[in-house]
Amino acid sequence: MENNNSKERYIALEKDFIYRFQDNTLFLSRSLLLPQTIWFTKKIPKELKSFKVKNIILNLDELQDIDSAGVMALFHLKDKLRKSGISARIEGGSQSILEKIELFSPGQLPYHETPLKPGFLERTGNAVSHFFTDFVFGFITLAADVFYWSVSDIFRSRSRRKGEIANQAVLIGVNASLIVIFLSFVIGLVIALQSSGQLRTFGANIYIVDLTVIAMMSQMGPLITAILVAGRSGSSIAAEIATMKVTAELNALKTMGLNPIRFVVVPKLYACLITMPFLIIFANVSGILGGGVAAYIYLDITPEIFINRMGTVMQNKDLITGFVKSQVYASLIVLTGSFFGFRVVRGAEGVGKVTTTAVVVAISLVILADSILGLLFY
Amino acid sequence: MSKEKVIEVKGLGASYDELVVLSDVNFSAYKGDITVVLGASGSGKSTVLNHLLGLYPVNKGFVSILGKDISNITEKEQLSLYLQMGVFYQSGALLNSMTVGENVALPLKQHSNLPDSLVEEIVYMKLGLVNMQHAYHYFPSELSGGMLKRAALARAIVMDPPLLFCDEPGAGLDPISLASLDELIINLQKKLGISVLMVTHEVTSIMRIADRIVYLENGVVAFEGSLKNALESNVESVKHFFSVIDEADRFK
Ligand SMILES: Nc1ncnc2c1ncn2[C@@H]1O[C@H](COP(=O)(O)OP(=O)(O)OP(=O)(O)O)[C@@H](O)[C@H]1O
Ligand SMILES: [Mg+2]
Repeated sequence: MENNNSKERYIALEKDFIYRFQDNTLFLSRSLLLPQTIWFTKKIPKELKSFKVKNIILNLDELQDIDSAGVMALFHLKDKLRKSGISARIEGGSQSILEKIELFSPGQLPYHETPLKPGFLERTGNAVSHFFTDFVFGFITLAADVFYWSVSDIFRSRSRRKGEIANQAVLIGVNASLIVIFLSFVIGLVIALQSSGQLRTFGANIYIVDLTVIAMMSQMGPLITAILVAGRSGSSIAAEIATMKVTAELNALKTMGLNPIRFVVVPKLYACLITMPFLIIFANVSGILGGGVAAYIYLDITPEIFINRMGTVMQNKDLITGFVKSQVYASLIVLTGSFFGFRVVRGAEGVGKVTTTAVVVAISLVILADSILGLLFY
Repeated sequence: MSKEKVIEVKGLGASYDELVVLSDVNFSAYKGDITVVLGASGSGKSTVLNHLLGLYPVNKGFVSILGKDISNITEKEQLSLYLQMGVFYQSGALLNSMTVGENVALPLKQHSNLPDSLVEEIVYMKLGLVNMQHAYHYFPSELSGGMLKRAALARAIVMDPPLLFCDEPGAGLDPISLASLDELIINLQKKLGISVLMVTHEVTSIMRIADRIVYLENGVVAFEGSLKNALESNVESVKHFFSVIDEADRFK
């Protein structure tokens, strides 16, 4: 046995890079830097284990250079050997090598326990209760707050910046009008166009007017408008508030004695409540116009006939439901945008996340509300 | 000077649109030295640093880093240069989507094939050097300003760079953390022989660690020399800067 150990053996680290092993001692040589550590940690433990010795000395006398990765690799090796029942000791080394080892010696690794993973039922329960306490309750609280301030601030303009409502009305409403008008026109045109074939086979050409007007006024107009506004302004409201939060602007507002809800959210709500009905009217008008164009081209219904018929189809009820819808959607969009904006965590990255969530949730809520209102006003 | 130059700047000029920030900057930093760049706020220290880091193109003058002329450098050469330098940004610049541990591990993981367990140990050790081991699993948004700085320093030194750039590492630290940060940088300098180029206003820090001073003013270097020479300098602004120390002496 003894005989066996005094024999010289070699471990090749890389090509032309060989460590000598003799008398239970591994002589490290040349340099142990980041590029060498990869082979060092992969090869040495295996080879040493194959030598079947119990005590190993790692001799550093011939080692010329070492860096932090090298030092860690040394300790890593010791650890690994210990786990497979081999005790290792470090020996020798020049002054500068020892200094580096001292500087980079690993501290006590902090012990962190992995928390017990909750079971499926517990997780489901947690998620449900989290959904209600965090989202539903949080949303309702914010809604209550916003409505309280928006009612009490109607005639008090001191709590907000001068001209802020007009400013927001331009951003949320006026700037959205072109796209709303254009898309409604296209949709009205397409609806009329696709139904025209069916109507013609029954000789019921004139009903194209009923169809377009009812579809646009009671459903498509408000819905298209709300979805567009949710996409444009829901996202920008969320992003703006989230950015203000991560850059501590909201804190600055508070410590200046300004309420972020009154200062930031309420003007946006006013602006959206005011502009939304007009956007819906634009959408209705241009959608019906689109339908009229299709009716004229495909069913030979002249504008005169179209307008006459329209007078009999339109009901006051449609105008009222349109207005109610505009107010509900506007509130939902502004509230959802601000709710997610206020919820941002984790810096700039979080801003992107809450913005996406805000848009998705706002559009879903709008569609949900649309179906509920549809049932109510049917 | 027989020492090797790690940074050499000759006639560097820079402007933002109309505003000329640097007109003719000349200085050198030597191997194994801690060189401190001083100057009033807005004098262009960060601008100089950004040129040295290759973040802004050198349009006027000549800059060489570790013997490489960076005014006409290929992308590949710049990359290999980046592997030899650590950078500590004024704002910390940790990636928000990763934990502190992942942030520090990032360069190591990207530029080497080490096994994960070893990478983790190296990262722990480096965090230990800046006294931040407890924050391994934290996200940057959960740290205080000073902790962010220390984590950023750990990331800057994770590859053992021979050249370390620091933009105001000490700002916002308490005197005790500042002292241990200085001690760490001195340790790295003495034991690893790294060279440091640092922007800082902390006079106590400068007195402890600076070997050489470069003072920027009006777009040129108003003073360049050893700390001792700086303390005895006749340049008005340099004198003024260090006069704070004399004021502190009154209380002794
Ligand atoms: N991206 C930029 N665009 C335009 N001007 C800039 C830009 N960055 C800096 N400046 C201007 O260049 C000058 C120098 O700025 P720089 O950030 O280099 O100063 P500094 O010495 O680092 O100051 P500080 O000590 O406050 O960090 C300032 O006048 C600043 O206004
Ligand atoms: Mg700066």
